[in-house]
Amino acid sequence: MIEFNGVSKNFGATRALEQFSLTVRQGLVYGLIGPNGAGKTTAMSILATLQLPGAGTITVDGRDVVREAGEVRGRIGYMPDFFGVYDDLRAAEYLEFFAAAYHIPAGQRSRLAAGLLELVDLPDKAGVYVDSLSRGMKQRLALARCLVHDPKVLILDEPASGLDPRARAEMKEIIRHLKQMDKTVLISSHILPELAEICDEVAIMDKGKLVACGTVAEITAVSRGARQMRIEVLDRAEELAAYLATRPGISDSHADGPSVQFIFSGEQAEQAGLLQAIITAGWPVAEFGEVKRNLEEAFMAVTGEEAANDGGN
Amino acid sequence: MAEINPVLLKELRQRFRNKKASWLLALYLVVIGAFVLGFTYLNWRNAPGFYQPSRSQEIFILLSVAQLFLLAFVTPGLTAGAISGERERQTLNVLLTTRLTTWQIIWSKLVSSNAFVVLLVAATLPLYSIVFLYGGISPGQVVGVFGFYLVTMFLFGCIGVACSAFFRKTGVSTVTAYGLTFALSAGTALLSVFLIELDRSYRAGASAASSLPLPPDFITGVAQFLQETNPIFVLMEILGTNSILNDFNFGLPYWGVYTVLYLAAGALLLFWSARLLFPRKNN
Repeated sequence: MIEFNGVSKNFGATRALEQFSLTVRQGLVYGLIGPNGAGKTTAMSILATLQLPGAGTITVDGRDVVREAGEVRGRIGYMPDFFGVYDDLRAAEYLEFFAAAYHIPAGQRSRLAAGLLELVDLPDKAGVYVDSLSRGMKQRLALARCLVHDPKVLILDEPASGLDPRARAEMKEIIRHLKQMDKTVLISSHILPELAEICDEVAIMDKGKLVACGTVAEITAVSRGARQMRIEVLDRAEELAAYLATRPGISDSHADGPSVQFIFSGEQAEQAGLLQAIITAGWPVAEFGEVKRNLEEAFMAVTGEEAANDGGN
Repeated sequence: MAEINPVLLKELRQRFRNKKASWLLALYLVVIGAFVLGFTYLNWRNAPGFYQPSRSQEIFILLSVAQLFLLAFVTPGLTAGAISGERERQTLNVLLTTRLTTWQIIWSKLVSSNAFVVLLVAATLPLYSIVFLYGGISPGQVVGVFGFYLVTMFLFGCIGVACSAFFRKTGVSTVTAYGLTFALSAGTALLSVFLIELDRSYRAGASAASSLPLPPDFITGVAQFLQETNPIFVLMEILGTNSILNDFNFGLPYWGVYTVLYLAAGALLLFWSARLLFPRKNN
């Protein structure tokens, strides 16, 4: 449905995207995460036909965003991270204007606007001036605006930014509803736990590059092969932490009460060998296992590793 | 049936729904009306009970020139925020991802802004009819003046739109649009007067002639061309004051040169403005 192939983009000396490749299948809610300046907005902006890529190609439903920009615009709904609304236009008029801009026949526009306002839970706001709506309502109206031409793909850049918890929950509900409508949703956000809740898959970006991608479970379970492990022993936890620090494939080993935590890079056989070595060395092991990470921790680990790699280069 | 461009419809709806539009129209009529009625009163006071076609013609000239100055003031002001205002409101990107072409967006912005200026000019028709009542003016002159206004506001509007497409900030765009409008209205007039004086000095003495690098006919030709592209000179010519030089034949009457040049320059500016909205590799 969406394919980025080796996309690069520079702004002067700043490299916003570097050989960025990603495939988003139809019907998925796909999260783009990354620190500020990671290139998320640039990637979305090129996808929305607002900028040209410096190199590489992007296709939506097989249509090239540069050569077939008009076709692509008919297939996407774009909600930028910062957007404004028109003064002196009512909510229904706002939607009808965009329906006309997408060449929806005049006879269908008013019914369409009413339906979309219903979808985003603003049915009683049709006659209200848009600039008098709350921020959350404006966000939902903007989402309704993205849907006027029934696009297959929605590009939502930080849709929950600046919203209060209730408005965020409402936005999440609408996105779930869009998934049921078989829309492909590419969404970026800084609020990672929420992305983890609604996204089928996520991609982590850093410094314009794709660092990791996959389902939330995959990303959190394996952050580039490094796992956080925890061992609980009945005594001598400090000594165990020191012992582990000397072994290969282990970093950041530290004792925390009766338990020891460390980062382990290795296959399952090596993990079994490690457990055996600890028991053979005489430590009374009560528990041994991997610490389940949430998306935020995985993100920090992955982008931290990238930074370390860059520093080492 | 062809449908009205949605941006044009929205702009017209927004512009005429706004109370600012009514206030601006009222203010415009008060200024122009005070001018016309004031001079009509003075005429009546100086010679009560007499029709004075020559005085009526003077009022007509004053009214038309005053209206030109107001157009030069209002038109760039209305159009200079057309695109930069969308950028500042952060609505432009969303508009650019619709099926509308950049040309449609630019054209609708110009038409909607100029529609308001046309309304301002049309609203002054009753004032013209008062002046017309006293004689001394031909219907052809009135039609010519209004045609002239349409052509002039087209280019002034295009200058404003082009500035707003080029500059990101409406403030900068407005100042630049006023600067260019002033250069076109006053700059060309001053330059033509300077060239005429230069030509006169050239013809007066041989010593001055020997220092000039250009032939005098060329200087006169440029001065006439500048006059034929200057709105003040052209308006005065339409009003029958014979203010434009008549030494050269450019293949078209003065109003033809003016119309062709202004429409072509305006179209080029619009085309350039539409190009500026295209996505670029480095921006």
